[in-house]
Amino acid sequence: MARLIPQRGALSTNPLKSSAALGAANAYLGVEGAIPLLHGAQGCTAFALVAMVRHYDEPIPLQTTAMNEISTILGGAEQVEEAIDNLKRKAAPALVGIASTALTETRGEDVAGELRTLRDRRRDFGDTAIVYASTPDFIGGLEDGWARAVTAMVDALVPATGRKRPRQVNLLAGSHLTAADVEELVDLIRAFGLEPIVLPDVSPSLDGHVEDGWRGTAQGGTPLSDIARLGESGCTLVVGESLAGAGEQLQARTGVPVRVFDRLTGLRAVDGFVATLMALAGVADAPASVKRDRSRLVDAALDAHFHTGGLKVALGADPDLLFGLGATLAEMGAEVVTAASTSWANPVLARVPTAEVAIADLGELERRAAASGAELLITHAHGRQAAARLDLPLVRAGFPIFDRLGAQDVCRVGYRGTRAFLLEIANAAQGRVPVPRPEHFGATPPAEEFAHARP
Amino acid sequence: MSERLKAQVRDVLDEPACATNRAKAPGERTKGCGNSLVPGAAAGGCAFDGAKIALQPIVDAAHLVHGPLACEGNSWDNRGSASSGPELYRTSFTTDLGELDVVMGHGERKLYRAIRAVVETHRPPAVFVYSTCVSALVGDDLAAVCEAAAERHGLPVIPVDAPGFVGSKNLGNKLAGETLLDHVIGTVEPADPSPLDVNIVGEFNVAGELWQVKPLLDRLGIRILGSISGDARYRQVAMAHRAQVTMLVCAKALTNLARGLEERWGIPWFEGSFYGIEDTSAAIRTLAAMLVERGAPADLLDRAEALIAEEEARTWAALAPFRPRVEGKRVLLYTGGHKTWSVVAALQELGMEVVGTSVRKSTEGDKDRIKAIMGDDTHMFENMAPKDMYAALKAADADVLMSGGRSRFVALKAKTPWVDVNQEKHEAYAGYAGMVELVRHIDRAVNNPMWVDVRAPAPWDDGYAPAAATAPGLRVVNSDATDFEDC
Repeated sequence: MARLIPQRGALSTNPLKSSAALGAANAYLGVEGAIPLLHGAQGCTAFALVAMVRHYDEPIPLQTTAMNEISTILGGAEQVEEAIDNLKRKAAPALVGIASTALTETRGEDVAGELRTLRDRRRDFGDTAIVYASTPDFIGGLEDGWARAVTAMVDALVPATGRKRPRQVNLLAGSHLTAADVEELVDLIRAFGLEPIVLPDVSPSLDGHVEDGWRGTAQGGTPLSDIARLGESGCTLVVGESLAGAGEQLQARTGVPVRVFDRLTGLRAVDGFVATLMALAGVADAPASVKRDRSRLVDAALDAHFHTGGLKVALGADPDLLFGLGATLAEMGAEVVTAASTSWANPVLARVPTAEVAIADLGELERRAAASGAELLITHAHGRQAAARLDLPLVRAGFPIFDRLGAQDVCRVGYRGTRAFLLEIANAAQGRVPVPRPEHFGATPPAEEFAHARP
Repeated sequence: MSERLKAQVRDVLDEPACATNRAKAPGERTKGCGNSLVPGAAAGGCAFDGAKIALQPIVDAAHLVHGPLACEGNSWDNRGSASSGPELYRTSFTTDLGELDVVMGHGERKLYRAIRAVVETHRPPAVFVYSTCVSALVGDDLAAVCEAAAERHGLPVIPVDAPGFVGSKNLGNKLAGETLLDHVIGTVEPADPSPLDVNIVGEFNVAGELWQVKPLLDRLGIRILGSISGDARYRQVAMAHRAQVTMLVCAKALTNLARGLEERWGIPWFEGSFYGIEDTSAAIRTLAAMLVERGAPADLLDRAEALIAEEEARTWAALAPFRPRVEGKRVLLYTGGHKTWSVVAALQELGMEVVGTSVRKSTEGDKDRIKAIMGDDTHMFENMAPKDMYAALKAADADVLMSGGRSRFVALKAKTPWVDVNQEKHEAYAGYAGMVELVRHIDRAVNNPMWVDVRAPAPWDDGYAPAAATAPGLRVVNSDATDFEDC
């Protein structure tokens, strides 16, 4: 359906994407006791840290190998070793998740090779899991980095096993899912008597909560012991096309069959997910709460379609989010008049129901939104300038959302999340309905003499 | 109810200009139409509601409701009559009578003070004061308070005596008409009356519908002098007696007003409609002809014909692209009066099939025209119970329901497209442009892809099939995998 076209010209104006390394760090934070470690200059981490703190309003335990001029020239192996050493002493992380940056990749660091020798040499690192993902800033964006980190974790932390637990289900969660999204899917899976293992699970770590005491690692997430059991599950449910590769890798390693759900927003898409859960659970019926949620979604669709029908939407997001929201809007009769995304890597973009997806910046999205008569803009918080200039309502979705609290509480998947999304869009659209004026119809105003001269 | 009000109600119900009423036996003529006041089976609004609908579109006036909260508090800001200027009409004013006011008889004093507050704060050209059931029941003398306030403040304070219990919304419309005749019209003289001045009565500019028609009149040089009451200024209504012709748009509501304008000031009137292409053309033609009869330049007729020809051609051209999208769609119309047949013709012209139409508010003349348009009367019905309508829609006897807000949920719960054609709507469907808008909305409603989804069986229902071709994301990545059902 959609044709992918590149950014025009040399200049990027108002970037749409966040970096891959940031995405990888975010994925690592879905593992209990993890500390993400960006292998790069100090600033790489500082910027990512600030962006994530602004988005989550949470302390983010993000560290850096603090590459300097000399280590950049001579090699950063020592920086990595020293960083792990320090992290172990200060915070005793269960996992150190390393993500490379443009600096170390340009230099050509063989981090994987160096980690092998490091593990041999530093037996005292044995009780800390170390995972490495290659996430240069010059390839893709947040979603790609997230996917690479998940793949790296599957590769490093999941053993092949012959043991099977048919009622255990893996949920590989894509970068487009918020803490509330993950929680919604976990609830849905549990409603059918199945036991999910989520990787990565940001719902206990980045949901915003207060703990007794301070820890310098991820405050919750998938325990390493659960990750080690992924191979025992009856099925892997992948949410987000970007994680299809991770699912395939898990299957190659363990033989656990994979189902990929390229979106779980939208009535029929969730129906497909629920049908799968019913098959996995071996039941022909669903719990009353699930049925109620579905009928409430149907009702929301009926109420919302008056506002979504014919609505022209401009959409900018990472591929999985773009597809999920765009396809759902199209099902509701809205028209995705223009779309921008961040990565060439995800084949789901070709299925976005619009003519063209520009792998481009917000500046390009703004130009296209103006040219196509968009009535609503959906993108992350950086879209607020464009929305103001175009005088369009902005529905915030994606990363970063730094000017609203509770980004992690917004749920747009499952029956309930889809209902909330449809109402959100309908409300944004209603806010734009102009008050009718005579000039809209080409009518002249009433004669002057009719007017009341207020004393 | 006061003797004065009683007499007035009797008078407006016995409408000599209404064919339906003339056809009744003499003793029945003062009883009004419809059976909307049946306990346990009533659905419409009350007389107060009707009076407010008719007068509130006077945008620069203050509208003050004298009664306990519900009458105004539960109903304000729920109608889409649009204004090109003043917004005072949208501000809600009520005396909000409390228990003590009622028991102690403080109502009149509170009303007097409330009027003073409105006048001092907003300086409106006039204040309309509406009675309600309670203020009428306890015997507050609305007329006396208004008179005293008018004298004190030096501006018109107009009593609108239409408490809810006297009857239906329709009756309230008529009482509002009487109020205008008795207190407003004829109190201001226009500076330069023109032979092309007309009154438009019964068009309330919902969603801007008056403005969809106004450009047509603008182009012919016809001026809307008395607008009753869409986007009206108070002074304009007060000048209505100097118009040359009155067009009565909402036929059943304000006939008494049109007749009153003729009896008191000799202004001839006709009934017309701006819904549908044919009717819009007929209305313009009649307006032009009557104006010429009253002394307007004769070339108006030719100019009107040229305008009609141009606009009709343009409208059909604009409608043509919709034909393949709406052709064959079956429409159930559930509305009243003129809206029915004048729209039917255009829908049929676009290949839509009208499978049923209600005639509950239609005159005998309307019914004859429906019969002529639809071939026979087998598709005409009076009222349809929600249960029956739901069953019909559920059985897919129609592809779309066009109705007022009350049957909206009957359609939606039966998962059937619905198009709003009554006064609470937010879309403007009048004139030629409005017809294109209406068809655009029908297209948008019936062709929304969500209908397929919401009607599809749930995963736990018989007949559930994953949406295969459209494939909302269900895919086995590796076909070598263990058969899914086994995993």
